[in-house]
Amino acid sequence: MTEKLIIIGAGQAGLQVAATLRQKDYTGKILMIGDEAHLPYERPPLSKGFLKGLVPAERLSLKPAAFYQDKAIDCLTGVAVTRIDRRQKRLRLSDHSEQTYEKLVLATGSRARTLDIPGIGLAGVQSLRTLEDAAAIAESLRPGQRLVIAGGGYIGLEVAAAARSLGIDVTLLEIADRVMQRTATPHLSEFFQKEHASQGVDIRLNTGIASIEGKGRVERVFCSDGASLAADTVIIGIGVIPNQTLAEDAGLAVNDGVLVDEFAATSDPYIYAAGDCARHPNACFGGLVRLESVQNAVDQAKCAAFSILGTPQPYREIPWFWSDQYDLKLQIAGLWRQDDQVIVRGDPATRKFSLLCLRNGALAAISTINNLQDFLPAKKLIAAGACLDTAAASDPAIPLKTFL
Amino acid sequence: MAKIIVTTRTGEISEVTGKPGYSVMEILRDNGFDEIAAICGGSCSCATCHVYVDRDQLDRLAAQSEDEYDLVSSTDHHKPESRLSCQIDFSEALDGLRVTIAPED
Ligand SMILES: Cc1cc2nc3c(=O)[nH]c(=O)nc-3n(C[C@H](O)[C@H](O)[C@H](O)COP(=O)(O)OP(=O)(O)OC[C@H]3O[C@@H](n4cnc5c(N)ncnc54)[C@H](O)[C@@H]3O)c2cc1C
Ligand code: FES
Repeated sequence: MTEKLIIIGAGQAGLQVAATLRQKDYTGKILMIGDEAHLPYERPPLSKGFLKGLVPAERLSLKPAAFYQDKAIDCLTGVAVTRIDRRQKRLRLSDHSEQTYEKLVLATGSRARTLDIPGIGLAGVQSLRTLEDAAAIAESLRPGQRLVIAGGGYIGLEVAAAARSLGIDVTLLEIADRVMQRTATPHLSEFFQKEHASQGVDIRLNTGIASIEGKGRVERVFCSDGASLAADTVIIGIGVIPNQTLAEDAGLAVNDGVLVDEFAATSDPYIYAAGDCARHPNACFGGLVRLESVQNAVDQAKCAAFSILGTPQPYREIPWFWSDQYDLKLQIAGLWRQDDQVIVRGDPATRKFSLLCLRNGALAAISTINNLQDFLPAKKLIAAGACLDTAAASDPAIPLKTFL
Repeated sequence: MAKIIVTTRTGEISEVTGKPGYSVMEILRDNGFDEIAAICGGSCSCATCHVYVDRDQLDRLAAQSEDEYDLVSSTDHHKPESRLSCQIDFSEALDGLRVTIAPED
């Protein structure tokens, strides 16, 4: 009997599991079930080129429709899985149908965190996770309008940059004392705050959003410091929550993410998880972590596929990420920790430099700003656990390659 | 219809129709060349769309940006004819373009 694999979630990770399995000649049946109306598409442009009108929706598809037919990957879109019965290996779907599986992959991703504040339900108050979210935001971003963004993470900052380029008035509220506080070194936060300020974004640190007012549609935002701002659109960009309810209800181990081992296996031997929804052991972090990036979705999905094929390979890839804001290209590899020693390589005033994070003398992470030649060599140095001489590493005239 | 002639890592050669206005990376990806991972989706951040363009055709392409050069030249398999396929906009004028998918970094 051929094995039947079901993938829940038709996103970056779900697609990659299916694609890798077929690449490796998996002969079982593959069914991918997704609750969005679309086949898997790229989210990164949603806060970048798509908002600026540079990338149309039809160019966001990760694969053309023919791919799924050619590779015998069956897809159900617009349908959610509502229940996993692990004993019967059966799924209940939102259209009341049922499906049985031999193996299951959870690639359910994450959803935008919301706030429980007055006015959150008004028209013009948006999160940004899906194509529909982005289309609604793009629709409301008209020159001369006023946008308030709650949250200075990557999505908030990218939307701020896109909106400024469209001539929109932007105020960004960040409850912490710096932007990108969770993932970036203080140097990087400071650099980006200055850039956004010079582009005309009104960044207010240590300030949260307290309530929103308007008649049907947002008109005014009240901040935690008592200030009030006129607004036509409000974007809530305060992070994501892993989609783990299905797993939790089915009795799988979860803790801010579905818990998996380094082979993407959950606490059920027939169920795997990958991508934004999975909390996994990561050597770069030195513990369990949940990452929200394309790299992680792709590489962890590959790892799940290898486990399904019976040729398990531990997930050891160096995490990396990128962000585009204005004419700034930010690339990050490795995971920065608060106790890392940070070396500045190059002069931030030139807007082309890198920040190297050393942990016990070894390169643990890098952020490059408009400095692309440092990125790939640094990734290799991180993988190798290379120790760097701080004086030499801070000299941009010495290529990082030479330390390999 | 303008064509692109593609050589894969295993040396297989095939011809695909290129969509003008799309990048060469998008055309390769949409034609099922899964050796092109294109993780960053064309934002010049990953170098997983690295190709070699036939030397005698290099001058048909628009010049490489500094960012593209900086990224592609730091790959292990960089050659003078290296390009990031996401940074090449395809057009009718590029009919007959020959590219070879570079080894994985
Ligand atoms: C605006 C934006 C910009 C981003 N920019 C970048 C960037 O520049 N670089 C980067 O590396 N990363 C970026 N990311 C993050 C990246 O897109 C995600 O990490 C990646 O999409 C995660 O893939 P995934 O497959 O785990 O989840 P997703 O791509 O979210 O896919 C999960 C899918 O599962 C569906 N689903 C959930 N529950 C069910 C259910 N019960 N039944 C059926 N279907 C279900 C969801 O609706 C979704 O379609 C960005 C994200 C956003 C939103
Ligand atoms: S797709 Fe990432 S650099 Fe071309």
